[in-house]
Amino acid sequence: MLKLLKKFTALEWALAILAIAFIVLMVFFDLTLPDYMAEITMLVKTEGSAMSDILVAGAKMLGCALGSLICSVAVALAASKIAANFSANLRKTLFGKVQNFSMKEIGEFSTASLITRSTNDVTQIQMLITLGLQVIVKAPITAVWAICKIAGKSWQWTMSTGIAVAVLIAVVAVCVLLSLPKFKRIQKLTDDINRITRENLTGLSVVRAYNAEDYQQEKFQKANDALTDTNLFANRVMVFLLPSIQIILSGLSLAVYWIGASIINKASLADKMTLFSDMVIFSQYAVQVIMSFMLLVMVFVMLPRAEVAANRINEVLDKEISLKDGVAVSGAEERRGEVEFRNVSFSYSDSEENVIKNISFKAEKGETVAFIGATGSGKSTVVNLIPRFYDASEGEVFVDGLNVKDYKQSALRNKIGYISQKAVLFSGDVTSNIAYGESGKELSEEDVKWAVETAQASSFVENMEGGYSAAIAQRGENLSGGQKQRLSIARALARKPEILIFDDSFSALDYKTDRTLRKTLERECSDSTRLIVAQRIGTIRDADKIIVLDEGKIAGQGKHEELMENCEVYRQIAYSQLSKEELN
Amino acid sequence: MKAKVSIKKKRDFKGTWMKILGYCKQYSAILVLSLIFAVGGTVLTLIGPDKISDLTNLIEQGFISGIDMAAVAKIGFLLIALYAISFIITSAEGWIMTTITQRVSQNMRKDISAKINRLPMSYFHKTSSGDILSRVTNDVDTVAQSLNQSISTMVSAITLFIGSLIMMFVTNWIMAITAIAATLIGFALMFLITGRSQKYFTRQQKHLGAINGHIEEIYAGHTVVKAYNGEKQSMEEFEKLNGELKNSAFKAQCLSGLMMPLMSFIGNLGYVAVCVVGAALAINGQIKFGAIVAFTMYVRYFTQPLSQMAQAAQSLQSATAAGERVFDFLGSNEMQNEDGKSATLGIAQGKVEFSHVKFGYEDSDKTVIRDFSAIAMPGQKVAIVGPTGAGKTTLVNLLMRFNEIQGGQILIDGVPIDGVRREEVRKQFCMVLQDTWLFEGSVRENLVYNTPGISDERLDEACKSVGLDHFIKTLPNGYDTVLSDGVSLSQGQKQQLTIARAMIADRPMLILDEATSSVDTRTELQIQSAMDALMKGRTSFVIAHRLSTIKNSDMILVLKDGDVIESGNHEQLLEKGGFYAELYNSQFDESAA
Repeated sequence: MLKLLKKFTALEWALAILAIAFIVLMVFFDLTLPDYMAEITMLVKTEGSAMSDILVAGAKMLGCALGSLICSVAVALAASKIAANFSANLRKTLFGKVQNFSMKEIGEFSTASLITRSTNDVTQIQMLITLGLQVIVKAPITAVWAICKIAGKSWQWTMSTGIAVAVLIAVVAVCVLLSLPKFKRIQKLTDDINRITRENLTGLSVVRAYNAEDYQQEKFQKANDALTDTNLFANRVMVFLLPSIQIILSGLSLAVYWIGASIINKASLADKMTLFSDMVIFSQYAVQVIMSFMLLVMVFVMLPRAEVAANRINEVLDKEISLKDGVAVSGAEERRGEVEFRNVSFSYSDSEENVIKNISFKAEKGETVAFIGATGSGKSTVVNLIPRFYDASEGEVFVDGLNVKDYKQSALRNKIGYISQKAVLFSGDVTSNIAYGESGKELSEEDVKWAVETAQASSFVENMEGGYSAAIAQRGENLSGGQKQRLSIARALARKPEILIFDDSFSALDYKTDRTLRKTLERECSDSTRLIVAQRIGTIRDADKIIVLDEGKIAGQGKHEELMENCEVYRQIAYSQLSKEELN
Repeated sequence: MKAKVSIKKKRDFKGTWMKILGYCKQYSAILVLSLIFAVGGTVLTLIGPDKISDLTNLIEQGFISGIDMAAVAKIGFLLIALYAISFIITSAEGWIMTTITQRVSQNMRKDISAKINRLPMSYFHKTSSGDILSRVTNDVDTVAQSLNQSISTMVSAITLFIGSLIMMFVTNWIMAITAIAATLIGFALMFLITGRSQKYFTRQQKHLGAINGHIEEIYAGHTVVKAYNGEKQSMEEFEKLNGELKNSAFKAQCLSGLMMPLMSFIGNLGYVAVCVVGAALAINGQIKFGAIVAFTMYVRYFTQPLSQMAQAAQSLQSATAAGERVFDFLGSNEMQNEDGKSATLGIAQGKVEFSHVKFGYEDSDKTVIRDFSAIAMPGQKVAIVGPTGAGKTTLVNLLMRFNEIQGGQILIDGVPIDGVRREEVRKQFCMVLQDTWLFEGSVRENLVYNTPGISDERLDEACKSVGLDHFIKTLPNGYDTVLSDGVSLSQGQKQQLTIARAMIADRPMLILDEATSSVDTRTELQIQSAMDALMKGRTSFVIAHRLSTIKNSDMILVLKDGDVIESGNHEQLLEKGGFYAELYNSQFDESAA
């Protein structure tokens, strides 16, 4: 938490100091108020005091109330300004950081968790700051000031207040100490409930096949009982908190009056008056003191939650980005469009087995190279290394004759048109999606139009309301899978990249579109090197080179006919999809 | 807050709460008791100031003649008693409410978990497990919290409100009207200011939604953003949204930050009004000073419940939303109740007959299985082959009654499987699937699973035959080693464990659905012999795409688009020269080439 507070700007510090000044003023007003109450008490008790004097005292009281209100408005303004600015900055820092993450870091945190960290966790911090400034700062000031004001009145009264505070702290401490470990355990037990339910859901067929419904239910019930018992204990302890505070408050008032009665009884007649009004306002101050302590305690109970959020944010901010950017902006001119893998292996983390092993191949300018293999054979992983979403664990990847690690990432990616397996579109319109990002050159309207036509998307785009400026919903939800995929292909084509990467982008298309699209690509993009990951033999059989992957290793490399001759894995895939006649 | 509620869709408030209260039914007696306690505690709280007022008057009267300390002590002890009783009954009330709440959420969780096992498999194709999980935990917690706080808060707030009103009028009507008027002016002022805040709250929520949407979109499309150098563009958009949020958050926070000071101002206003008017009355001798003291407390009690009620109402709203999700799930259509079916299959001989079986998923028109007929004789090994999407797994799911057939019949030993209970059908099969399912628990628990009375010798035997014995010996606690994140198992080892589990279950028939396809070839060889052992004497259904593993089957069914296009044993099918022969011969080409 403190680490995050270091990110306060000068303006925020200035506002914070201002807020504290106003809080002091506010406490002053709050605590002066009972003084006038005392004055009124005196006036009422004094024979023959004028009604006008009472009104003046009343007006002063009201003045204090208003003054306090104005101060708290100022505090609220400052606190919200700080909280809003700070959380906006924090959110921005987080967003920027995550944008710079490579796929590796994203994988470590998971997208869902990063979203929560950038949204909910920031909101938590924002709430703590707003509340914190108003309560954490105000409560101790009030408590100390109020104690100072009443300290001189009577030692008996002061002592009873002291006892009340001590009892309060003791009660809260006992409650918190008893229940806090249980609350921590509750988190673990809730995870257990989640785990067992998830197990049941993922293993539904096994559970049912073994008739183990009761077995699962029994296991769940055990976790459920444990959770309930712990919850019961922790919450039952907390039940005593509020009534305890109530009885302490009431008890203190009673004590002040009771003690007051005996003090006044013993005092001289002249002192009786002063003592009486002292007693009335003392009980008011005493309440303020107790309330302040209570608020402080509440904040300390709340603090751990914000601490968790702060830690989660810090984890993201402290995460080191594993990819180091290079400096080169271009490779060898005479080797433009060339992609080469030399003995490349890759694993997601050091402890895991390699996903791809010892991959070597070369794609020349303008060639079509296809990758085929079973799921999990590492096809996508291979092409993901080219735009440097990940770094190879061993071996080297070259683009235009230069190691991808030596490129400035943006320069490398400008050379590449990448189409992901799952089409990703952003909210906006057709044109904004096609002309998305930066490619080192401005995209003209013609570029967009050409791309849409080449990607076989013009027919449906033109039928959409608004044509090229037709709205696209978040994640492209207003389009079908095939339409989304064609737009994402158009986006890649529009940049006229040196290298086109189709990461299984054809499977959402029907056979006919698939074929026409490939023909058009052949004609329109013959200069671009095309790397195609596919599941369908039909999609890739005309490729210049087909690389067959099996369990991360290259099982065969060559043209369709060659592979049919000599690659067992390829033949199996082929026969599982097409009949002999179709293949010949 | 109000706007937030009104933009939500209209909820079935009454229906949902009737169901929630239904869960409280068995506790209704003590629930009523706890509500009485809540009222009682509040009334005692109200009597307090009245007695303090008497005390003040006693002191005041004793200025000249000396204070009647005996009377003071009497009131003092009375108050101590009152406070003590109040403490006891409010604590008791909290204790009871907490207990009821926890029991209710325990029962809700139990019902949800039990419900999972009564829903048809098809339900889970439509609902994500994350969604169900969030109902088991978050939604139940929300309901519980609201139940715990809102109900008793509402009851005591209303009691406090009415009670303080009565007490004020009983004490002095002029001052009562003063206090109420001052409070009303205060609240009018508050509504005047906060009325404008709704707009900012709605706006803040909207901007928060917009920026969360953008964050989600960009994080989810991370690869594309990277690949197209879209960082700058999305940052610009982010900054725009962030700036808007900053502004609306500031305004909304600011206004909500004003609520507390305003409430205390209202308190102060009432306080001043009571003091001034009280003083005027006291000077004229119309009231005693103690009344002023009492009133300063009543004013607090009068303003406090108003904000409490608003809070409780909001909490009830969110509980309704959560409750609706819980009851939505609990109300989903269950599988047909089969308690009436008493027929049993005993230990089946193992003759399985499919006759004109037809099936398609509920929510699609596509027929997955068109017209499937086949007979498997006891002890036979039946292989099902065919391209992806041909309906192989569906067939097995129908046999296990995970899905119900829509036409035709499946018979085991001549008994239609829908004539007996599901459990009865499932009891006949051991099943090994491609997805290995292990849970957090010891190796023993995972192996024995739901089969009663398994000795260690039996475990040893099973593990030996699947080639796991050596691995188990290397584990720190043998069979009692807990499988969790700490122990890493290879895919092959996981599969060996599930095969051992099937062996231990020892049932008359066997289903292997791509059991070895996620295992490397070396392990497959090892497992193959274990599976051969497992299949001995059992009618077995084997789905495999590696044809070598099913060559020795008694019958091979070649499935395409939901129909059997060929059937027979390996030799017959080869002779026929159809689809299967083609598939199989493609393996031969290699040696020929």
